Amino acid sequence: MKYLMQFMIILLISFVGEMLYYLIPLPIPASIYGIVILFLLLEFKIIKLDQVKETAAFLIEIMPIMFVPAAVGLMDSWGVLSKNLLGYIIVIVASTILVMAVSGRVTQFFIRRKEEAHE
Amino acid sequence: MNEFIAESAFFGVSISLLAYYIGTKIKKRFKSAVFNPLLITIVLVIATLLALRVDYDSYYSGAKYLSYLLIPATVSLAVPLYQQWQLLKTNALALMLGIISGMLTSLVAVLAFAVILGFDHKDYVTLLPKSITTAIGMGISKELGGYVAITVAAIVITGILGNVIAETLLKFFKITNPIAKGIAIGSASHAMGTAKAMELGEIEGAMSSLSIVVSGILTVVGATVFSYIY
Repeated sequence: MKYLMQFMIILLISFVGEMLYYLIPLPIPASIYGIVILFLLLEFKIIKLDQVKETAAFLIEIMPIMFVPAAVGLMDSWGVLSKNLLGYIIVIVASTILVMAVSGRVTQFFIRRKEEAHE
Repeated sequence: MNEFIAESAFFGVSISLLAYYIGTKIKKRFKSAVFNPLLITIVLVIATLLALRVDYDSYYSGAKYLSYLLIPATVSLAVPLYQQWQLLKTNALALMLGIISGMLTSLVAVLAFAVILGFDHKDYVTLLPKSITTAIGMGISKELGGYVAITVAAIVITGILGNVIAETLLKFFKITNPIAKGIAIGSASHAMGTAKAMELGEIEGAMSSLSIVVSGILTVVGATVFSYIY
């Protein structure tokens, strides 16, 4: 029963997220509204951690598998990509590496600077 | 046989789970980052579909139930976010600067390569939202007049790539702080990368989740501004 209740809460929040996406004319998807809603419910103690914890952990653990159907869809995208495949691949690879390096280094720099200031 | 598979309710999910199981086994056996379970799974499933001559739509009619869980799973990311909230608040400035720098890097990199490689405007705006979560990225691409199907493919490839290279790349750039690791992965490769960040640790996962939300929303504005530049 516990897991059913947990799953119900998470699905209800997803549903409210869907509804907000429908009502608010912004390109912000249901899942983003959902994260914010669940976070606020936890933060304001309307929902206790125990009421969602195990099911949330399970869903997060199996999350990589949920990307498989969309990723397998790439087998159908080669047609549209082939128009400028090399160009796209260069941009994708280079920007992914750059973003990861820059955002990581910047965050680390400011965390360390703050830690040093405290010493 | 093919007709049966096309009609089967369980083929898509079971083949995906089986492939993922094999992927994790291979990863455990070889331990190298090259053997990424997600990547192995994708390759195995595509190879199986091609070998059995099953088209993607038949596979997806069953496999869509896996995608169905994606929204509830993303909502669940609020839990680690809540558990790490204290850490998040004390490092708020560093986190925001990290996420903003990541977003700007993504937009500037796409702009720079578009100029260098001579992309047309439509190709350029197609790739602008490539680093963020699919649902937002699709919306932006549509709004700016890009090729939505290519945006989706670019986002998926970015996610797989981020998931595969994260550990190696973070080591190479000496990014060792768990908060910085999480921000880096989430900023560069949205939810697919976040799945990897979750494997690295609670803090990494929470920070990566935060990046998806903040970076996704900021990119709505950022990509729109950048769409006027080129």
